[in-house]
Amino acid sequence: MSSVAVKKGLGASVWEYLTTVDHKKIAHLYLGTGGFFFLLGGIEALFIRIQLMKPNNNFVNEQLFNEIMTMHGTTMIFLAAMPILFAFMNAVVPIQIGARDVAFPFLNALGFWLFFFGGMFLNLSWFLGGAPDAGWTSYASLSLRSEGHGIDFYTLGLQISGFGTLISGINFLATIINMRAPGMSFMRMPLFTWTTFIASALILLAFPPLTIGVFLLMFDRLFGSNFFDVTMGGNTIIWEHFFWIFGHPEVYILVLPAFGIFSEIIPTFSRKRLFGYSSMVFATVLIGFLGFMVWAHHMFTTGLGNVANAIFAIATMAIAVPTGIKIFNWLLTMWGGSIKITVPMLYALGFIPSFVIGGVTGVMQAVAPLDYQLHDTYFIVAHFHYVIIGGVVFGILAATHFYWPKMFGTKLSEKMGYVTFTLFFIGFHCTFFIQHFLGLMGMPRRVATFLPGQGLELGNLISSIGAMLMAVAVIILLFNVVITSIRNKKVGADPWEDGRTMEWAIASPPPFYNFKQTPLVRGLDTWWLEKMEGKKELTPAEPLGDIHMPNNSIIPFFISLGLFVAAFGAMYNPLNSVGDGKSWGLPVLIIGLGITFGSMLIRSLRDDFGYHIHKEDLLEDDKGGKVG
Amino acid sequence: MENEQVKNPNLRAHHDYRRKKSAKEMQVQVITFALMIFLTIVAFIAVGIGDFSVKFIIPFILLLAVIQVGFQLYYFMHASQKGHELPMFFMYSAVIIAFVTVLAFVTIIWW
Ligand code: HEM
Ligand SMILES: [Cu+2]
Repeated sequence: MSSVAVKKGLGASVWEYLTTVDHKKIAHLYLGTGGFFFLLGGIEALFIRIQLMKPNNNFVNEQLFNEIMTMHGTTMIFLAAMPILFAFMNAVVPIQIGARDVAFPFLNALGFWLFFFGGMFLNLSWFLGGAPDAGWTSYASLSLRSEGHGIDFYTLGLQISGFGTLISGINFLATIINMRAPGMSFMRMPLFTWTTFIASALILLAFPPLTIGVFLLMFDRLFGSNFFDVTMGGNTIIWEHFFWIFGHPEVYILVLPAFGIFSEIIPTFSRKRLFGYSSMVFATVLIGFLGFMVWAHHMFTTGLGNVANAIFAIATMAIAVPTGIKIFNWLLTMWGGSIKITVPMLYALGFIPSFVIGGVTGVMQAVAPLDYQLHDTYFIVAHFHYVIIGGVVFGILAATHFYWPKMFGTKLSEKMGYVTFTLFFIGFHCTFFIQHFLGLMGMPRRVATFLPGQGLELGNLISSIGAMLMAVAVIILLFNVVITSIRNKKVGADPWEDGRTMEWAIASPPPFYNFKQTPLVRGLDTWWLEKMEGKKELTPAEPLGDIHMPNNSIIPFFISLGLFVAAFGAMYNPLNSVGDGKSWGLPVLIIGLGITFGSMLIRSLRDDFGYHIHKEDLLEDDKGGKVG
Repeated sequence: MENEQVKNPNLRAHHDYRRKKSAKEMQVQVITFALMIFLTIVAFIAVGIGDFSVKFIIPFILLLAVIQVGFQLYYFMHASQKGHELPMFFMYSAVIIAFVTVLAFVTIIWW
């Protein structure tokens, strides 16, 4: 049987994490792995900024620069930002809707392990002959000509981790549709749940184009097909379309959950109900829809024609409307509230102006004629870092402080949090604000160096100094995490005291079954309502009874491991375009797929009914004993 | 069970209602099925005759396909019944997005 508080050896804990299907433990796994990749991507970013600190620098050579730049982008988007957001979704969403777990706990674990092995595969490229070097967009005209196996690591790694993302997205859709507690109607769902829901729908619709595009690219490079090769009758522009049909929704997959996080934090610390709840929901849905109608704004300069450019420009500008609605709702939530400044709230306050700057430059880029000037310059780099860091990373850092107590039972130091925030905020604006002007002065993006005497020195130096400040901020955050874990001072269920949603009504960290009795939801901000009526607990919706729980399983690990092995086989198959095919390529591919499908077969043939926690044990748990 | 239904007028009415409804549904399904087979034959004939130009046949077959999808969704997958609103919302969202994508490809890449 599963257990919580029982002290265990290292081996047993490792085994527990390898086999867990508990959404709270999977959240830890996502946070740990995503955090690791975030640091890796951060180090790569530092290398980029060191190289560009002064003109004609040769800290790294051009080839290595391209690889670092590519891996920075790819790692940050696919292996850091998305998994960390999945960590918070896993930790919080099931509890926010009053569920004991996600709809498919087994698939939840599978999603994580696919991401894990995909990310590992991609990063092994550093040790196996060079990383991908064609940018995170990997445009086919460039990537088909790339030497070595870098791009193959990209296509295979992203396919594996992409399956994981798709599976997790579908899982959250099923969870939010089916597992809501009695009374939790759609219009009573907390906003983080809503944004998770819409982001999952975007994953469902956006990842297939990516998978197809990457699959075709893989075939072009590894198995001799010619989908994107113009000299053989292919069409290289189609890759760009596939990529951006996925790519633009992807930016909303990232930013919507961050919006959700801020929509939880701002009412909590304004101690006031979220202003304009239904318009927030409406704006989220609308952004989700429009997100699919604008992808070609990344391709204005490819020669789509004036009519197409005009249509996509207008559609892009239209997204500013629902986004604006959200900004005003946050401001009006704070208006007249009794605001308490905490670290998460500080990030929220920093987020609003930063994100607005990114939104404004976004609308500027949406003006197609102007984009002919801005395209592929540092202006673009400034824009997307304002939305990604000012929106997504601020959201992640805010959530780290906000949900840390719920995930680990301890509270990160607020004092160190203030220092991190201050350094990070200053460093961020220092790094990227100046880049708008570098771009306007004509500095192209993705260049390994620049020449002296063109007025670009000072701007680049300032930018690099800013990056150092951000690095110091992150180191302090790490230190904070370590100190907090060593001190190990436990906190109660509602450590911020003003929690509004159901996750704050149960212990920190929650017992593995979450709710002893499924709660009854009597309105928006369920826990706040109960507290205002002087209640100490949620109103239960059912009598105390046995709880059905799923068993742990190692099978997700093996399904993913099989694909990891198969990827090596595919890469070194005799047909590959690099020409270093090995005779063992095909057998390894087959063995890998064998492991995957064999594991699936075992899962299908063996009945696994889970187990029950008995009522008596739950009562025992009340008296201080632990179920185990 | 059988007895209980006969005795309890309420249950009986319910039972009768269900039977009538299923019978009606069955009838509709058979008709739709026949129609679908008919449409498939029409598609084959349109190509087989060889007299129509390609410009006519392709849109025509596509139209038949759309009708078939509608039949499938509404008569066999019960899309219009209660409790199916959310799946249908997702279905239509996906259809709209897929349509926009294909439209864009057709207009700005291939022609
Ligand atoms: C909300 C989160 C957003 C994220 C994460 C994001 C991210 C990005 C990224 C990564 C690029 C670089 C594309 C490249 O490689 O060239 C980009 C470009 C662009 N973004 Fe955003 N963006 C966001 C919001 C917006 C908004 C709100 C707008 C407009 C209203 C917008 C308009 C554009 C345009 C037009 C480009 C293309 C510029 C070019 O390639 O020349 N973005 N964005
Ligand atoms: Cu975009």
